Amino acid sequence: MNDDFSRTGAAPVPVLRLGDILLVTLQGDLHDGTAEQLQQDIVEAIARSRVTGVVIDISGVEIVDSFLGRVLAEIGANARLLAAQTVVAGMRPAVAITMVELGLTLPGLRTALSTEAALELLGRPDAAAPRAPRQEPR
Amino acid sequence: MSGTAAGVEARLPIGSDLDLVWVRQHVRQAAAALGFGLVEQTKLVTAASELARNTLVYGGGGEVETVRVSDGRTQGLRLTFTDHGPGIADLEQALSDGYTSGDGLGMGLGGARRLVHEFAIDSTPGAGTTVTVTSWVARPPRQREES
Repeated sequence: MNDDFSRTGAAPVPVLRLGDILLVTLQGDLHDGTAEQLQQDIVEAIARSRVTGVVIDISGVEIVDSFLGRVLAEIGANARLLAAQTVVAGMRPAVAITMVELGLTLPGLRTALSTEAALELLGRPDAAAPRAPRQEPR
Repeated sequence: MSGTAAGVEARLPIGSDLDLVWVRQHVRQAAAALGFGLVEQTKLVTAASELARNTLVYGGGGEVETVRVSDGRTQGLRLTFTDHGPGIADLEQALSDGYTSGDGLGMGLGGARRLVHEFAIDSTPGAGTTVTVTSWVARPPRQREES
């Protein structure tokens, strides 16, 4: 897979650690190979760092097709098996509308409107089930 | 509609996942230039991504042709994906949700069909598959609650 990067020129996605949470920010148009590499990187980082949560910020992502949707769903499933929760944050409204029409509703993934809201969700697991009233950011 | 006189016609190869990125970017730019709204752009680009990936994964590669079209009242973008792969024996089955012969989610064809205004598929087993989709700028929306 690493060879794919040099071939396509696609840069890997940085995976940052904040305390016991991994923060991943997706930007722009992801190559398939980059998305698959990311999946592997996250799983390894969870096991290595013993994190309990993963936040994937997709506010910079213009489309989620069935391939990227599958990658996100599998990251969530992998994380769950490694005792970590995944929250997908910041999905654009046009992306949400398109995904529903496509039939891609990602039932196994939790979502939040922003990275801040996702961190809050993961920081207070007992308050997470009923969604706390949120402040509109603007 | 201004700024579209130069046309947006192009023919792009689909032979690698890097090509999928170019196809998505080209379709988005062409749709934006024609005046597609953000949601319609997103739907068309997503459909293009599904169809281009089908061309790559199941068709063994091929190409997409993008053409600006007009029906006299409004303009649209027509995308034709062509491959010379194994073809599809059962089109009905291939278009149904949940069907997949690969490792996708089975949303490819049926999902792409829902994201565009017009959808046509022609496939000959052993000879290849051609999928043509068209979306129009500012078509009156389907009958639903419109505030």
